Amino acid sequence: MTETKMSSGTAQTPIGDTELQAGAEVLLRALKDQGVEVIFGYPGGAVLPIYDAIFQQNAIRHILVRHEQAAVHAAEGYARSTGRVGVVLVTSGPGATNAVTGLVDALMDSIPVVCLTGQVPTHLIGNDAFQEADTTGITRPATKHNYLVKKSEDLARVVHEAFYVARSGRPGPVVIDLPKDILIGKAPYQAPPSAAHRSYRPQTEPDAGQIAKAVALLKSAKRPVIYTGGGVINAGTAASAALAAFVRKTGFPCTSTLMGLGAYPANDPQFLGMLGMHGTYEANLTMHGCDVMLNVGARFDDRVTGRLNAFSPGSHKIHIDIDPSSINKNVPVEVPIVADAGRALQALLAAWDADPTPVDRPAIAAWWKQIDGWRAIQCLRFTQDMTKGAIIKPQYAIQRLYDITRDLGREIFISTEVGQHQMWAAQYFRFDHPNHWMTSGGLGTMGYGLPSAMGVQVAHPDALVIDIAGEASILMNIQEMSTLAQYRLPVKVFILNNQYMGMVRQWQELLHGSRYSESYTAALPDFVKLADSFHGVGLRATSVDQLDDVIREMIALDRPVIADICVDQTENCFPMIPSGAAHNEMILGAEHGGNLQAGGAAGLTDEGLVLV
Amino acid sequence: MPSPIDTTLRSATISVLVENEAGVLARVIGLFSGRGYNIDSLTVAPVEDGRNRSRINIVTSGTEMVIEQIKAQLDRLVPVHRVADLTLEGPHIAREMALIKVIATGNNRAESLRLADAFRARVVDATTESFVFEMTGSTDKLDAFVELMRPLGLAEVSRTGVAAIARGARII
Ligand SMILES: Cc1ncc(C[n+]2csc(CCOP(=O)(O)OP(=O)(O)O)c2C)c(N)n1
Ligand SMILES: [Mg+2]
Repeated sequence: MTETKMSSGTAQTPIGDTELQAGAEVLLRALKDQGVEVIFGYPGGAVLPIYDAIFQQNAIRHILVRHEQAAVHAAEGYARSTGRVGVVLVTSGPGATNAVTGLVDALMDSIPVVCLTGQVPTHLIGNDAFQEADTTGITRPATKHNYLVKKSEDLARVVHEAFYVARSGRPGPVVIDLPKDILIGKAPYQAPPSAAHRSYRPQTEPDAGQIAKAVALLKSAKRPVIYTGGGVINAGTAASAALAAFVRKTGFPCTSTLMGLGAYPANDPQFLGMLGMHGTYEANLTMHGCDVMLNVGARFDDRVTGRLNAFSPGSHKIHIDIDPSSINKNVPVEVPIVADAGRALQALLAAWDADPTPVDRPAIAAWWKQIDGWRAIQCLRFTQDMTKGAIIKPQYAIQRLYDITRDLGREIFISTEVGQHQMWAAQYFRFDHPNHWMTSGGLGTMGYGLPSAMGVQVAHPDALVIDIAGEASILMNIQEMSTLAQYRLPVKVFILNNQYMGMVRQWQELLHGSRYSESYTAALPDFVKLADSFHGVGLRATSVDQLDDVIREMIALDRPVIADICVDQTENCFPMIPSGAAHNEMILGAEHGGNLQAGGAAGLTDEGLVLV
Repeated sequence: MPSPIDTTLRSATISVLVENEAGVLARVIGLFSGRGYNIDSLTVAPVEDGRNRSRINIVTSGTEMVIEQIKAQLDRLVPVHRVADLTLEGPHIAREMALIKVIATGNNRAESLRLADAFRARVVDATTESFVFEMTGSTDKLDAFVELMRPLGLAEVSRTGVAAIARGARII
């Protein structure tokens, strides 16, 4: 650590500041220099010096959540909708342990978050002091990196480094554990370093030779597909624009993971919809049958691949990822490209034009003809009984929400909880822009949607922010209704209320002989009254004729709203590739004659039963 | 078509140059346990080149895909400077040291001493009923010696684990 800007002493630091301030003030100054405008937090003994410093300034706004898990999800929503780092502040012990679920969520979905945790003073660490927890120990596998600041002179440097680590390469959560004596004691300030980090320098520029190989492979393709993921969103809006340009230039079909929705416009004819466990028939069969696959910023997750040894068996694969450990982890690929997704796509565009080889247009046309045949199945078709008093199909509720909101000309952000409603939202709400879809993909955290929407609304006060929720999930962070009221955040909670943990019920129906063990929630609250008691507005639709009015009223209200949409309790989410099955062993819904198999072989197997 | 996944196992000696900071060893060990990788041997110590760095040597085994994964996972840890697969990158030397206690009298005692001599183990402690041998060598050589001592009164073994370095002028 003798190198230039990373040095810890102030004396030899040219950009340093010899004036000493309290650690908490140094902390806030470092945050300000990192461009932080908002912190989501919850106070406690160990962080009182920080709260005192927050009280005495106006540059950084603090949003007081009602549970530390929610603070992290709010920071995630803030980060994902803005492309900036989300910031969390919690106290030691229970404050830190409550934040762990949010940290793992951010880790799995590669969301940049810096979480400041209070800690007992350094001389008490290890003594089982009041509200002491081994926070760096607990969060080591829950974060991209973590720090315990043991010396005042390290404080500013560590904060700057934490932001760099959180947002660079594959983004992720970073914890800074702050003993109380460090916050109170005097510390020197250092500005953000201009020198490169001593050990963490992720590769962002693609290798030109690999790009040329990729282009040659893509030009030789007869049945290509472009499969994109959250990495494109993380690479910024320019990456999404480059993706759109590349897909259009090639004329190839494009599909997306759950996390990647919005990177390529869902309404474009070249988009096949989401792939994977609840992906579309056409997306999954295209993946299964392709001869060249270009994966941009996705990680061959098990929700996407299904049974690995049957995953896209005949294809040459190209994988662009900023994280080398994502490449060849689950699926061996022939052309690995370690790079930022945006840089790689721009390089592909340039190399595509430079390579005179024509694509095999007749073959691509024949491929599209086959894909159009799969599309003609209309795997997402459902029938809504339109007679007065008829029960609402959950798919119809989402479709109406989409149709009504798209015509408003407002900016719309959607978050979700976890379950069937999440999958229906992914299937029926069509995202044409990146950063407008917040969902817990990797961890599948029930309770993510409401706080995440809160974070989005803080960042975008004038936008329409809707949490598409299930009645079970929403109860996991329902306390945040109080935060919404305090800060006048007009988030809309749109509950698809089937009175079941629908996704659990669906698996029990398909895999456990319809024994609905503990998946029915008795004694649900009255969501209308609940909204009212939290200073919001409660609305309810119990039949199809009430749906549009409730949606319109919800949108028109400039207040937090819970819309309790009572939907068909027996509806299942299709298409579905059961765990352990292959893409061509998809189950389609009742619309298509019940458990119609796409491929023929039975998708449900004993081996699949052990999988999640 | 891509070749089918290779399922043969190989051993790999991996050297990792890390920033010598709190928790770095826990990070490396946690990575192995959390992801279910094998650790056959692990050594760590600061390597004084004036830059506050430590070197971790890990001997592990797995399929080619798993070993590549291990290296990539190590390399993305923030305090890691460099990861080198000594097994792949060319000839290398891997050595460990062992202290081996044998409690024996009579013939067995004499035989243990003869074998120690043949293996170039040094006697670093002796009583009328015991020896402590110090031995440096490859893991295989140490294993072989320990096995020979077993019937002669092997009582206790303490091993350092493997330290490794590339042959020739190459550095990691
Ligand atoms: C914190 C947490 N606990 C448990 C689960 C397992 N789980 C996945 S979906 C689900 C049911 C969700 O029910 P609901 O919110 O009503 O959504 P629905 O499926 O009915 O649309 C459960 C329990 C989870 N994903 N997260
Ligand atoms: Mg439900």
